[in-house]
Amino acid sequence: MQQISSFIIPIIVIIVIIHGLINKVSIFDSFIQGVKEGLKMTLDIFPTILAMIISINVLLKSNIIIDLTNLLNPILKIINIPKDIIPLALMRPISGSSSLIIMNNILVTQGPDTYIGRVASVIQGSTDTTIYIIGLYFSSIGIKKIKYALKVGLLADLSCIIIALVMVSIFF
Amino acid sequence: MINYIWGGFFIIGIIYSFITGNTEDINTEILTSASSSINMILQLLPIMCLWLGIMQIASDSGLIKTISRKITPLITKLFPEIPPGHEALTLISSNIIMNMLGLGNAATPFGLKAMKSMQSLNHEKDTATRSMITFLVINTASVTIIPTTVISFRIIAGSNNPTDIVLVSIITSFLSCIIGLILDRLFYLLRRKKYATNI
Repeated sequence: MQQISSFIIPIIVIIVIIHGLINKVSIFDSFIQGVKEGLKMTLDIFPTILAMIISINVLLKSNIIIDLTNLLNPILKIINIPKDIIPLALMRPISGSSSLIIMNNILVTQGPDTYIGRVASVIQGSTDTTIYIIGLYFSSIGIKKIKYALKVGLLADLSCIIIALVMVSIFF
Repeated sequence: MINYIWGGFFIIGIIYSFITGNTEDINTEILTSASSSINMILQLLPIMCLWLGIMQIASDSGLIKTISRKITPLITKLFPEIPPGHEALTLISSNIIMNMLGLGNAATPFGLKAMKSMQSLNHEKDTATRSMITFLVINTASVTIIPTTVISFRIIAGSNNPTDIVLVSIITSFLSCIIGLILDRLFYLLRRKKYATNI
């Protein structure tokens, strides 16, 4: 199964390049153009990353999250959820950059190739910042009554976390 | 809201460390975190550039447009309130495809345009329509093929096989998107039933 994963990116790359050549796109110039875009984008998110790293790390280093999840641990053990995933699961729908930093902490402390490291990667990769997106999109057109949107969005996030826990244990 | 979250982390963290007498760690953390963000950005940069370069080719060659057009019939089925052929459907398709390819930032303008276009079909301007909610559910569940950022962080953390989570990610995001769509239908039907009995 891991074999398939390592084919996906090279296959996309070759399809894109062949499609570009067939359509007589000057692919080298396009690529450079995209790299410039990427440079600008990464620099644009740098202030956010810096700001979030400091505040999240202060919170994490105070051990309050660890102490709280330790309190919850007996319940988590019964339903078989690793406690390290809780801070990530809580932050994922609220802020993309802070959940990214929590994921990074998990990868560094637990290792990227552990069960927990993989689950964190999958959660971060397969769901988006629900509350932020709902806020941004609805406020952009002046919607005030959002009906059941938030409920469905958050339930979908919860299902994503459960599916990630199950899928990683099946595949690895 | 971000103001409260960002500030709240500081306040909670610092006060809790005072209570537990763990101020030394917090002190070093405030001073050293800023430099660790530089490392993070420097390592994220090459992969973002590489992937956006490849995707720029796909966009210039018309590949992204072609794929968006291919999924429009499927999208039409998911949004029964939008008349077939309406521009909202093309905008929604483009947004979904860009999200799939890990181009979140490029996807947002299309998403906002799609919302605007759906708003033009809306009779109560301050209330969300069914199509808008369906669109946001697809958007937040985000079916992702290439989680670019996650892969680069796995490389930074020294993974033996940073892309080995790609397939599981695709399956997970696809399944949770389907669950989201089912819930969306369910809540819509429940709500309609409630209002029907009120009348």
